[in-house]
Amino acid sequence: MEMMIMSRSSDEIVYGLKRDYLEKISSGGNRIDGRKFDEYREIKITTNFVTRAEGSADVRLGNTRVLVGVKIEQGEPFPDTPNSGILTTNAELIPMASPTFESGPPNEDSIELARVVDRAIRESKMIDLDKLVITPGEKVWVVFIDIHVLDYDGNLIDASTIGAVSALLEAKVPASKVGQEDFQLPINHIPVMVTMAKIGSNIMVDPSLEEEEVATARISVATDENGDLVAMQKGLSGSFTVEEIFKAVDTSIEIGKDFRKRVFGR
Amino acid sequence: MDTTTKKIVLPGEEIDLQGMKQGNGIYHENGKYYAYQLGMLQFYNNYVNLIPLSGKYYPVKNDKVIGKVIDIAPSFWILDIKGPYPGFLHINDTPWKSGSGELNKIMNTGDTVFAKVNEITESKQIWLSLKDNGLRKLEGGHIVSVQPTKVSRIIGKGGSMVNMIKEITGVKIQLGQNGIVWIDGEPDKVLLVIKILKFIEDQAHTSGLTERVKEILEKAR
Amino acid sequence: MSMVSNIKLIDENGLRIDGRKFNELRPIKIEVGVLNRADGSAYIEWGGNKIIVAVYGPREAFPKHTQNPSRAIVNARYNMAAFSVDERKRPGPDRRAIEISKIIGEALESAIFVEQYPRTSIDVYIEVLQADAGTRIAGLTAASVALADAGIPMKDMIVGCASGKVDGKIVLDLNKEEDNYGQADVPLAIIPRTQEVVLLQMDGNLTREEFEQAIEMSKKAALFISNLQKEALLAKYSRPEEKEEVKEEAEQENHGDDDHE
Repeated sequence: MEMMIMSRSSDEIVYGLKRDYLEKISSGGNRIDGRKFDEYREIKITTNFVTRAEGSADVRLGNTRVLVGVKIEQGEPFPDTPNSGILTTNAELIPMASPTFESGPPNEDSIELARVVDRAIRESKMIDLDKLVITPGEKVWVVFIDIHVLDYDGNLIDASTIGAVSALLEAKVPASKVGQEDFQLPINHIPVMVTMAKIGSNIMVDPSLEEEEVATARISVATDENGDLVAMQKGLSGSFTVEEIFKAVDTSIEIGKDFRKRVFGR
Repeated sequence: MDTTTKKIVLPGEEIDLQGMKQGNGIYHENGKYYAYQLGMLQFYNNYVNLIPLSGKYYPVKNDKVIGKVIDIAPSFWILDIKGPYPGFLHINDTPWKSGSGELNKIMNTGDTVFAKVNEITESKQIWLSLKDNGLRKLEGGHIVSVQPTKVSRIIGKGGSMVNMIKEITGVKIQLGQNGIVWIDGEPDKVLLVIKILKFIEDQAHTSGLTERVKEILEKAR
Repeated sequence: MSMVSNIKLIDENGLRIDGRKFNELRPIKIEVGVLNRADGSAYIEWGGNKIIVAVYGPREAFPKHTQNPSRAIVNARYNMAAFSVDERKRPGPDRRAIEISKIIGEALESAIFVEQYPRTSIDVYIEVLQADAGTRIAGLTAASVALADAGIPMKDMIVGCASGKVDGKIVLDLNKEEDNYGQADVPLAIIPRTQEVVLLQMDGNLTREEFEQAIEMSKKAALFISNLQKEALLAKYSRPEEKEEVKEEAEQENHGDDDHE
């Protein structure tokens, strides 16, 4: 008998009854792991995990684990910004982290992840790039943020942003390589990203994998310490009402305040 | 004499059969016996067996498993049963009847069944069946997974553990040998059962487990 | 291996730049079951190396044309994180990583009962988070532990160690400087029970006698590391009351072997 063509995607097919169950309990205000709608999972951060990197952070958000490394190297500035350092962000969804991740060049999921994290850091003006010039117009410092996902249990956007921010906060520019003194990467602002998922007609923060699998829409909102919005991304094929989006923004601002103090001590 | 020990052995570790016969999970090379995988040694009925402590579900005829439909062929469903191979469920092995190509009207991808392993062919095709007491398409409730090697601990002696959990929480539970568990009940009770299952998984190697589980359940009542 | 340098790698007292004796290993720490999603996992710190390994499977081999009707295929993927080395590495596999993946996969396969799982694949993902010379052997050593954690049936747990030549002397377990400026490097992996060789590479320059010396030294160290693998697994799987015993026994065993202390 001829067998069907099977693929790893069998892990991506969701149990229909699980979807129904999560929707049903959410209408009663419940989540599958007992959290409240605005409750994050436990966050554990170990910085300086990779001593070869200029900065690094090993982040656990529940059972999600992301390792972020920051390398700072010399490079040429972009022609349109000759007096500015360069920030570049890359994410690898390696097959170690999930049976649904495949090896190969970055796919649309890993590119979206890298770009959303990059946007929060770039648009909040977290790093003072103007202080990263070695020789104006010729040589500047290039900050590489590499996101390495090790264990996937949902909400990679927030886990990766926490990792990137933590790694940048401890990163040192290796200026001794150009005959100057090493210095702490100049930081101006701290972005906090809060991602929410919509299940049924309810919106909950920090979705676990089980929740992401049945969510119809996702929204990520990054704010700075003034409570201003610096980056957003709406994802998945479902939709939000405008009111829901305003509420999501309020939730992000509210959580951001506490988060910045509690997680980054700032 | 029958003795049961709980000695842990590692792959390739030499095993002294103590005059008994070579059972499951033990291989033989040049007159010596070795552990085939990580597990516990059990000396029972004049046989030495290795009980695996980790690893994927490996189907055995007549096992009851919970599967998820992942694809549909003209006359059978293809199910993920969390083992190395998919399971196949032919329409003739179900209580349903259907014209060719219309199986999706009975069960679609993402649907869940409680089925029996009916046959394992030479080429490792796993054929399932719904023709036995209690086997059915599962509706409502929630699905969680546990390590397949811990399922027997969750069942307990003669079903004592799982029956106690059902009784005290009032939650319906269906256990698949493949480590997939179906739970149906009030959200807070389902959550409690999930926590209990996790606890049993973590503590499976300890003694007096039933008593401790009972304590937790009574406290939560 | 061919870099010319004036760096003195062994001092007048016979000590190496990190203070080790010629036959001394760097510190090694192994941890089992460090990931949630994978079927089995292990983490190893070996000197400055930090490597994590995940095992998935046996699962249906994909794409389908890779399936073998009579046995499981073993896929190893050795990958270095971009930040794992001094100069940022471009993400993705290069020729070196592909070669290392191939020889690690072949070495692991020699111990796995692959005929038990026709048409499946056993996937071993080795992620080097920080590199400090000897990553392939450290990765392979952790991979065996991750395979055992995943419940994969095996003849034995493969283990390895490298030796090399530094300042004209054969030394065990090269560090980064020794690897960069030394005269030879010989990574070796064995099946500990039978001491059969399942991975061997060599580059540089060695006499026949030096080669023999290197192999002997690596083999002895590999058997010592084999105990660390077992200890790590027992630490995860033993019942609490047994754990203390395991620890004590292991400590005694390790102290009994002064060569590598």
